[in-house]
Amino acid sequence: MTKEKNFIFLKKKKKTLSQIQYFSKFALCNTKHFVMDTKIQEELKHIRSMMEKSTRFLSLSGWAGIMAGIYALTGAYFAYRLIYKSKTIIYYDFVDGKFSTGAFILLGIALAIFVLTLATALYTSSRTTKKANKKLWTPAAIKLIYNMAIPLVVGGILSIILILKGTIGLVAPVTLIFYGLSLILAANYTYGNVKILGIFEVIIGLIASYYQGYGLFFWALGFGIFHIIYGIFMYLKYKK
Amino acid sequence: MINFFQDLDKAFDNKIRLGIMSVLMVNEFVDFTELKQLMSLTDGNLASHIKALEKANYISVKKSFLGRKPNTKYSATEQGKIAFKKHVDALEKILKGKGL
Repeated sequence: MTKEKNFIFLKKKKKTLSQIQYFSKFALCNTKHFVMDTKIQEELKHIRSMMEKSTRFLSLSGWAGIMAGIYALTGAYFAYRLIYKSKTIIYYDFVDGKFSTGAFILLGIALAIFVLTLATALYTSSRTTKKANKKLWTPAAIKLIYNMAIPLVVGGILSIILILKGTIGLVAPVTLIFYGLSLILAANYTYGNVKILGIFEVIIGLIASYYQGYGLFFWALGFGIFHIIYGIFMYLKYKK
Repeated sequence: MINFFQDLDKAFDNKIRLGIMSVLMVNEFVDFTELKQLMSLTDGNLASHIKALEKANYISVKKSFLGRKPNTKYSATEQGKIAFKKHVDALEKILKGKGL
């Protein structure tokens, strides 16, 4: 009797043992799988990051966008004061081809904004690259600048021609449109979402070309408000 | 599962070689110093891995002079591109668990 009981007990024990063995084997297999999966995921991530690093310039900071927007708004404010508080109508100075002091100051403001924006972008980018121990002038950065420069130079020349010909009303829309196009091109060589900002700039440029006379307002919206919004978005997204 | 593991390329089982090939897949030409900067490697380390890929006929080398400075440019061969795509496909398939 006891012998029989013992036998049953042993049988039971054997069964549980084999069960444990089975499950532990399963668990082991799973962890092995898990390790393999993370290794492959890491490899794919490495491939993706090397492809991005070698083709895209990702050291632009949200701060550059925010600052660019602030410069543009400040510039627009001064331009507004100059235009609406001057004794002569600067608009006609341009149309008549007379480059009065008011007209020169206006062009000076525009140039100052451009230089300040560029300098800020360069400074913040060089700071982020230094922090990450990378170089600023990577082939990706050169490609980005080269591709952005094409529409910007064309738009710039067109703006100068428009000023010389006295069609001032179209200068603000043209700068917005060509800047937007350069951002759309740039999207291939830096953060892809810069394309969205570019599309918005083009749209607002087209609207501005229809409602001529509100150039300064649209210019402040496109170069000021849009840059600040995009800059804050980028800052929050990438924390730099 | 075993099938997909067979598709993995031994030439790419090293992280550096995988990185070099990734860069060459999306760039027509890349020179030695660019590669070195991108991967933050030493000259010797990079050169040995480049040699391995060259031996497999996965990359081609073009030597020229920029003024007086020697300039070595690398690009992926057709064979290399096909091998790389096959390798990545195999990795993705293993991850998706299609072969299980």
